[in-house]
Amino acid sequence: MSIANGGTRRQVLRGMLNGAAIAIGTPMLDCFLNSNGTAFASGEPLPVCFTSWFYGLSMSPGRWEPKTVGANYEFGPELAQLEAYKSKINVYSGMKAFLDGTPPTPHASGSQGVLQATVTVGPSPDPSLDQIIADTIGTRSRFRSLEVCSAGTTESLSRRSASVSNPSENSPLALYARIFGAEFQDPNAADFKPDARVMVKKSVLSAVSEERARLVRQLGAADKARVDEYFTSLRQLEHRLALQLEKPAPLAACSVPGKIQEATVGPVIEDVKVNHKLFADLLAHAFACGQTQVANVNFNGALSPVRQAGSVMTFHVYTHEDPVDHELGYQVNAAWFSKQSIDAYLEFLKSLDGIREGDGTLLDRSIVFASTDGGFAKTHSLENIPILTAGSGGGRLKTGIHYAAKGDPVSRVGLTMQQVLGVPTDNWGTKSNNTSRTITEVVA
Amino acid sequence: MHEKGLFMWSKCAKPGALALVGMLSGAVVEGPLVAVAAEAAMPANATPALKRLTADQFRNAIEDIFGPTIRIGGRLDSDVRKDGLLAVGSSTISVTATGLERYDTISHAIATQVVDEKNRETLFGCKPVNVTAPDEHCAREFLSQVGRLLYRRSLTKEELDTRVQLAGEAAQTLSNFYSGVAMSLAGMLSSPNMLFRQLETEPDPAKSGKYRLTGYSKASQLSFFLWNSAPDPALLSAAGKGELHTDKGLKQQLGRMLNSPRLEQGVRAFFVDMLQFDAFDTLSKDATLYPKFTAKVPAAAQEQTLRTIVDLLLTQEGDYRDLFTTPVTYLNRSLGALYGVPIVSDLPNGAPDVLQRHVYADGDARAGILMHASFLALHSHPGRSSPTLRGKAVREVFLCQKVPDPPGNVDFTVVQDVSNPLYNTARERLGAHATEPMCKGCHKIVDPIGLAMENFDAAAGYRTSEKNQRIDASGELDGVKYRDAVGLNKAVHDNPAATACAANRLISYATGAPVPRNSEAAKSILEAFSKNAFQWRPLLSAIVTSQLLFQAPVQPQAQQAQAADTSTRKDISGESK
Repeated sequence: MSIANGGTRRQVLRGMLNGAAIAIGTPMLDCFLNSNGTAFASGEPLPVCFTSWFYGLSMSPGRWEPKTVGANYEFGPELAQLEAYKSKINVYSGMKAFLDGTPPTPHASGSQGVLQATVTVGPSPDPSLDQIIADTIGTRSRFRSLEVCSAGTTESLSRRSASVSNPSENSPLALYARIFGAEFQDPNAADFKPDARVMVKKSVLSAVSEERARLVRQLGAADKARVDEYFTSLRQLEHRLALQLEKPAPLAACSVPGKIQEATVGPVIEDVKVNHKLFADLLAHAFACGQTQVANVNFNGALSPVRQAGSVMTFHVYTHEDPVDHELGYQVNAAWFSKQSIDAYLEFLKSLDGIREGDGTLLDRSIVFASTDGGFAKTHSLENIPILTAGSGGGRLKTGIHYAAKGDPVSRVGLTMQQVLGVPTDNWGTKSNNTSRTITEVVA
Repeated sequence: MHEKGLFMWSKCAKPGALALVGMLSGAVVEGPLVAVAAEAAMPANATPALKRLTADQFRNAIEDIFGPTIRIGGRLDSDVRKDGLLAVGSSTISVTATGLERYDTISHAIATQVVDEKNRETLFGCKPVNVTAPDEHCAREFLSQVGRLLYRRSLTKEELDTRVQLAGEAAQTLSNFYSGVAMSLAGMLSSPNMLFRQLETEPDPAKSGKYRLTGYSKASQLSFFLWNSAPDPALLSAAGKGELHTDKGLKQQLGRMLNSPRLEQGVRAFFVDMLQFDAFDTLSKDATLYPKFTAKVPAAAQEQTLRTIVDLLLTQEGDYRDLFTTPVTYLNRSLGALYGVPIVSDLPNGAPDVLQRHVYADGDARAGILMHASFLALHSHPGRSSPTLRGKAVREVFLCQKVPDPPGNVDFTVVQDVSNPLYNTARERLGAHATEPMCKGCHKIVDPIGLAMENFDAAAGYRTSEKNQRIDASGELDGVKYRDAVGLNKAVHDNPAATACAANRLISYATGAPVPRNSEAAKSILEAFSKNAFQWRPLLSAIVTSQLLFQAPVQPQAQQAQAADTSTRKDISGESK
């Protein structure tokens, strides 16, 4: 039903409000799970979950790349801590973002290349990878996507367009309230009663849809698109209220996490790690409880402001000013911070892997796509940008592979993710960042 | 599990229920409507037709309409800076799904307070016949008055009918008149008519074939420019009567607005935007290194600067340039501790740490707003000062000169070793770095400004040496040489770019778009600023009467033609995209 028919929709709701007894149900197929908890009873597997996990300032060139290529690869020193998960992890090396003459924006151009397959000065109009995927897999869950940043800021790399950047939640407590607060409906709860206030709220939102026509009549195309972005957001909100009026399908692995304590929100690395772990656990529960299928995690910020307590140097300043140790051959302090990023990624994987669903885990039906803003932060290089994926997305991706390319656009990884997750596309990106070359080696 | 599932199955598979749900979900589950159209290339002097209210404007409007007792908790959608201003960014942003979720929550919280027993006496001019039932008459009266203030124009009959009907239906369902009105009100609070302000046009009777802004759009332009809030009833009423289209009517409102206490709110908002105080949200100083930079300092530092500005520009009606040299400022005990200035308060123990007027002695190292913590600490690293960041900020914020980002593939090897005994001070480290040919160009225009402020550490404390080496604070700005920060202040004061920058930023703030190059209107505004001894109110007046504020946006049809016409030039017109 289109916006133009908002009146009709409201009449439907009005009819509902005036009706005395309201029976609400969900479509039959979603109503219960099979006995081992890995699929709905219909045989339809549990939905795939996608996380775009970002960390700023990359790692040390020469130290993060696996020593061997293909299956059963051997980790280099900066990924060694992931050893226990190697069979579930793919590493992609040797890929870059292309500037095509666009002036580089340090710490932004690289992530644009990875997440939007384009490089522009200022925000690009193209949606980011997570949003493209959310439009395919996330439309039925309560939150189309959830964004968090553990570095203390609301910085986010998730965009719908140049005018809509999805802000990150920076407080785990606030995220808890948003997901598991008063509006949360436990899919495993025995009883269900739709809330009359929710129905009224939904009807109020529907009335807002009727305001569009007058608003856009004098607007040009670009401004009209901005108004329509508002209405896209409005429909997501309406959709969420509609779900609150339905009895959710039970999910065996769903449990409501215990109330969490507010930790210090800020750029000190110890706090960043604590908050990141809280976010990881909350998002894992949100996935398990069917609240969302897409998440964005910004671990330490693109121009990473994180630092150790009492230190004058941020990670970002270290990447530029930390000397390359003559004997070791890398920046010791910057590498220490990079290690914190990979440690945190490992923690994220553990949070997902800790939720058992039948014979497998939540990680198995997920893809956790880890990316950064460049190849070598010291020089703002856009070459050899490290990418990792963990999880097979419910068997859609082969895992345990190191894929080494030679100067290909890094957008190849994003294109491959889209395709394995069902986005109907055969190419992605602009100019030299455009690619139609799927990494078939990892497609299951 | 299986048994439970079967039970659920029988419960949720009732055919009637399914049909209902089908309708429900059919109504809402759609793909995104937005395929962002290729942005119409707008001519450089186009007035943006649509701006999203900034978080502060939303808050101010609510407070002005419903009174200061209404609490507006929670974070609103974030603002975006473009061409130096959030006000310009507001012409490019929309409302995200997360943002709308927040507006919705906040709107319901505001509406609930508006109708609660404490407030309904003052905010409602009528009472329902029966509190537990709908009352169309009273709902209509309330919603039409409030709606006019929120939408900043009269509601159409259709809009009002819908609102009243919603209030009635909700009152019926919830068995409470006020709850019903609150629901309908909440819808208006997060409606695009509230969150966006649109410049609407109508045919101009004085100029055949041309368009002008409607009176209500003019009222909003005036009000958000001068007060950073929605128009008040008097301004809306003048707009409704067409008075803003006449010189006399406009002058009358302008005079009233310039002398209203709300002007201070507007002036503060401009400087918060221009000075980029939103960056304080993420500012962090290391507590071990700077124990005096307490949690209270960021707010006090901003207030120090804003009070100094308001006092000089509005109360004293002074010269804008004197902001860079004035010895007069406002300090509280926290700032005094940071700056090494004893602030004695004769207020009782435990009283709030209020700001007091303070005048620095002649020859003191601190004078002017560049020596405030709001500048020195904001443009530094968490643990050390940065001549480059400070110099860049002086150029970009106060002289409106864009300093390019560092190029790709820079080799920082020369400056990398901070423990090198050869390079004790920032000047020495940067000096070594700036011999690199690719870095030299930018550092040359930035560092001599920032190095003059090296007597102030990353938390704005005063110092004379770094690593036991005396700091040399000499430098140069556009050919004017100085020995220290006091000399820099004077150089900025005398630099013609400073006043041109203030005027242009203010124009850009008013219109929501960058000032086009060689704009005649901007040139006359700058002349008026200069003729009036660089006073602020005359500058505001000049911008309002220049008609730049009331320039009609390009009509969509014309815009499309223009877009087609300029499509081949799209790459070089990057600024206006």
